[in-house]
Amino acid sequence: MDELMLLEALEQNARLKVTDLADILNSSEDEVRKTIDRLKKEKVICGYHTVINWDKANKEKVVALIEVNATPERDKGYDNVAQQIVKYPEVSSLYLMSGKYEFTVIIKGKTMREVAEFVGSKLAPIDGVKGTVTSFVLKQYKIEGVPLEENRSAQTRLAVTP
Amino acid sequence: MIIRDHLNPVARDLPKSGIRKFFDLANTMEGVISLGVGEPDFDTPWHIRAEAIYAIEKGYTFYTGNMGLLELREAVSDYQRRRFNLEYDPSQILITSGASQGIDLVFRAILEPGDEVILVSPTYVAYSPLVQMAGGVPVYVQCKEENGFKLTKELLEEAITEKTKMLFLNFPGNPTGGVMTKEDYAELVPLIQKHELFVVSDEIYAELTYEGKHCSIASFDEIKDQVILMSGFSKAYSMTGWRMGYLCAHPDVIHAFLMIHQYAQMCPNTIAQYAAVEAAKNGDGDIEMMSKQFLMRRNYIVNGLNRIGLKCHMPKGAFYVFPSIQSTGMTSEQFCEELLNDQKVAVVPGNAFGAAGEGYVRISYAYSIDEIKEALTRIEAFLIKRGLK
Repeated sequence: MDELMLLEALEQNARLKVTDLADILNSSEDEVRKTIDRLKKEKVICGYHTVINWDKANKEKVVALIEVNATPERDKGYDNVAQQIVKYPEVSSLYLMSGKYEFTVIIKGKTMREVAEFVGSKLAPIDGVKGTVTSFVLKQYKIEGVPLEENRSAQTRLAVTP
Repeated sequence: MIIRDHLNPVARDLPKSGIRKFFDLANTMEGVISLGVGEPDFDTPWHIRAEAIYAIEKGYTFYTGNMGLLELREAVSDYQRRRFNLEYDPSQILITSGASQGIDLVFRAILEPGDEVILVSPTYVAYSPLVQMAGGVPVYVQCKEENGFKLTKELLEEAITEKTKMLFLNFPGNPTGGVMTKEDYAELVPLIQKHELFVVSDEIYAELTYEGKHCSIASFDEIKDQVILMSGFSKAYSMTGWRMGYLCAHPDVIHAFLMIHQYAQMCPNTIAQYAAVEAAKNGDGDIEMMSKQFLMRRNYIVNGLNRIGLKCHMPKGAFYVFPSIQSTGMTSEQFCEELLNDQKVAVVPGNAFGAAGEGYVRISYAYSIDEIKEALTRIEAFLIKRGLK
């Protein structure tokens, strides 16, 4: 079975059922189920999420991007600091970056006050963190490849053409 | 004056396309889910659209040369070399307003009254009427599902007469999704040489080949001068509305095309030509993305159709499946009309593509998986209701 195609199909639509995936991949349900289980175990498939425009659902929740300056340790580099940051459930994503600062922390679904509290009392005091710069997202236009406002008519093709 | 009597009888008496009839029916109904279209559902990629916008901003809104922009012909030349290993000098490439204009051009430039053109049936709806309009005579070769709708040496040999001037091919094909391999073509080449036939190869679906690489009949050097390669941007880049096509051929053939084209069309849309330059130069990634989506949908629909009892083989190209409906005991038109009235699913009767299509329907999978799924559910309900599943 084409594993890459399985992953791409799931990345586009996580709600496809095993029967659908088997048809799409021209494979058996059993084979698809086993492959998905293995990919989950190997942490290739890490989760299934819904793309939500929180701006529309709840105006209180914000997205924050926090640039974090950190000091590396001998032999460990930035891994220990990263492990400390990862532990907080407030953190949606964490990346080690090239450039002027070390980490990008993304926090989603908190209020501005909650983010401020988290940065001040949790993130900044971590050993090895030298400083933080917090930026809040003002408006979202596209998330995970999905434009949030579709401004054209949905179907402009004719119903039947040669 | 009795107007009808003063019209060209060939144009006047051409039968209405079977697709047209169906389109009229489907369009009057609410809630129709259609698997009836012959065009991709993707947006034209933004970088291509942006080039057209820039072209307008920069004022590139004048005629181009009759052959089309040199920049575009160079880009097409590179594209054919890069993707299919075919060598055509830009002077051997004529840009047309969609491959459709190319179909008309080849018949008008080459056929003399009474010349026969061999068409591979089931066949795309435009070929035969345009052969007739050019004074030619269409001769059909009936291809069989069990051969994957391929043209065989035997079928071709049977159809050739001393009046045969042209063989018209369309692989991957509309409506069957059939493809021809290098080996399949190799069987035909000696006949084409011996009978000195022109071969027109409509390869508009070349990029939608799902197993192995597309092979063009123009890759056979011994007959390359006899081959007219027809292609375009519609299916590969989802650019149907832009009307961008082209013909590649021997310089003398191109000259004959140009003589008609310069008066009949002058040049294709200038703005669309600039967009096409971008597509040919930087669109390979779009092709990969779309053909991968089509591959997934093809698998999905073929497995689904077979499960609900409409047997079909796995087509190797284009974005159509051509399942047999003979097990239902209905004619193609009956099946499609009842399916539309009963379940509001529009598919196209196979006989719209010639007699060889009777007993089949054309189902397009240029739709999202969700749409295909809904259509399959309705088709299944239709079959169950009639005790056919």
